[in-house]
Amino acid sequence: MDKQRRKFLKLAGASALAGIGAPAVVKLTASNAVASSAPDAGHGAAPAAHGDSHEAAPSGVRLGMVFDMRAFEKDPKLLEGAITACNSAHNIPHFEDRKREIKWIWKAPFEGVFTDHSVYHSGKLVKETAFPVTCNHCDDPPCVRACPTQATFKLETNGIVAMDYHRCIGCRFCMAACPYGARSFNWQDPRPYIKNYNSSFPSRMKGVVEKCNFCGERLALGQEPACVEACKGTGAVVFGDLNDPKSEISKLLDKEFTIQRKTNLGTKPSVFYIV
Amino acid sequence: MIEKTLKGKPAYWIWLAFLGSLMAIGAACYVRQFNFGLGMTGMSRDVSWGLYISQFTFLVGVAAGGVMLVLPYYIHDYKVFGRITILGEFLAIAAIVMCLLFIMADLGQPMRALNVILHPQPGSMLFYDMIVLNGYLFLNILCGWVILTAERKQVKPPKWIYFFVYLSIPFAVSIHTVTAMLYCGLPGRHFWLSAIIAPRFLASAFAAGPSLIILACLVLKRVANFDAGREAMNKLVTIILYAAIINMFFVGLEFFVGYYSNIPGHKHTLEYLFFGLEHHGHVYNNLVPFMWAFVIFAFGGIALLASPLVRKKGEGNDFWLGVAAALIFLGFWLDKGLGFVFGGFVPNPLHEITEYIPTANELGITIGVWATGFFVLTLLYKIAIGVEHEVE
Repeated sequence: MDKQRRKFLKLAGASALAGIGAPAVVKLTASNAVASSAPDAGHGAAPAAHGDSHEAAPSGVRLGMVFDMRAFEKDPKLLEGAITACNSAHNIPHFEDRKREIKWIWKAPFEGVFTDHSVYHSGKLVKETAFPVTCNHCDDPPCVRACPTQATFKLETNGIVAMDYHRCIGCRFCMAACPYGARSFNWQDPRPYIKNYNSSFPSRMKGVVEKCNFCGERLALGQEPACVEACKGTGAVVFGDLNDPKSEISKLLDKEFTIQRKTNLGTKPSVFYIV
Repeated sequence: MIEKTLKGKPAYWIWLAFLGSLMAIGAACYVRQFNFGLGMTGMSRDVSWGLYISQFTFLVGVAAGGVMLVLPYYIHDYKVFGRITILGEFLAIAAIVMCLLFIMADLGQPMRALNVILHPQPGSMLFYDMIVLNGYLFLNILCGWVILTAERKQVKPPKWIYFFVYLSIPFAVSIHTVTAMLYCGLPGRHFWLSAIIAPRFLASAFAAGPSLIILACLVLKRVANFDAGREAMNKLVTIILYAAIINMFFVGLEFFVGYYSNIPGHKHTLEYLFFGLEHHGHVYNNLVPFMWAFVIFAFGGIALLASPLVRKKGEGNDFWLGVAAALIFLGFWLDKGLGFVFGGFVPNPLHEITEYIPTANELGITIGVWATGFFVLTLLYKIAIGVEHEVE
């Protein structure tokens, strides 16, 4: 386990570094590590155009995340810890007013997260456990398509959907385009509302959009994402390269049945849930 | 020709001073918003576009509506519109000025607006909107000015200008089509994700734009001794009538698709707009009165326009014509200038509901931009009417 994690960290760090200008690390392609846990045979007849079972053979690194809800159910404080870790790692301000909220990862009930799934006769876990919600780092992100200035873009080296806070003009087109509600806008200067300032990560200014960045800055240092680290040892959040068949996340996805949010929209999310 | 704006009756100056003071209030409100951020508005994480973008959307339609005068006059050689076509072109200029101001007011980082040109993203509909809006503004300034200058000199307009006149017709359609595409290409926003949005926008634009021109003509008849002529008015009434009916037909189709298919996502926003949406025991319905006012105004306006009341010769018809045009304009403003944009954000992607109520500061900026538009419109119409009188 530990050996594997080290390997993954090396890989993730290298890929993140590549994203910020270091020589690109070429990653082997993996045709069968498609971002779906469903076995090919089961969905062989499903039309590709439907977009929810098959994706084009990917290449390079595609970072993804699995939330194992069984672990979150076992320990209700786990998610709170992950959220706090993210908030302090990224200088996320705290606003009392719901309208002004900045959220990178937060909790919501199942029926809010999976709006096209039925909750008719749902089980105890679905009814009582808060689900983590964050940016899905889609393989085909509508926010990137909508942005008029390329202030939000997909890093080709690792699939992270990233933001340039200095280019964003604050038109909020990406917020309208995101079907997951993952984006927040700085309606006012956030700095007075940051409780403990983390000087290793920039704070934002008023008038720009922000969202989860899969901890690109931590990956570059060889660290795990903050929420993954906060849940260490529980297996609640698993992070890694979806295209590497040997990665921990791929093995988990091969083994477990997972669901994703709003797959019928063709965005190809990179975040999975084991419910 | 600009000198024509410098001479006028006291009423003209009082009107400009009135608009000017509203513009000053708007500017003061904008300074506050610029310093504090868009938190001065009622917008939120869930309803991330508000009055500014909804006014922008409606006014793009008003600008496009000018083509309902340009097209009959230049393509079909419909001479009756000869005197008022310039009013359509100048209305388009004023409306686009408002559109651009509303976009600027809505930006979180307005000083970076040029990033749209410096770092263009050809996949973004906003990029194309920028191109067609500025293109249409340029075309209307060019065509309006050249043709008015020719009229003043009592010569035929130069032949080359007709290339730009004809070009302005597809541009008028394109500005509203691209504006519709800002909305209808977004996955996960069911109310907007409808192929009928662009035609619906065009239909309501071709009703609301000419309605404002009728209102302007009625005002000009009283204050500037300018009569567009009964025949031109009647033709405009016919255009508005058809466009308004088509718009209501499209609205009805949206209802059919939502309620007959019974797909919750397709019904939610319609329910929220017209009946109130229940969520966790609370009914959210702050737009319901506006939407029913839209329905009543629209059908009332259509009924009036179809009745002989507005077309008959003699006393009183101008009054009813004005009422009908105002009903159509206001009704479609309620629909496209309020409900369409605000409603699209309800419910949010996680099926939570946040309602939007604009703040006083936001209303101040909105009124300021409208006043700026009418200020520009007044100056332009002063020039146009001045030239007409000079020629006579």
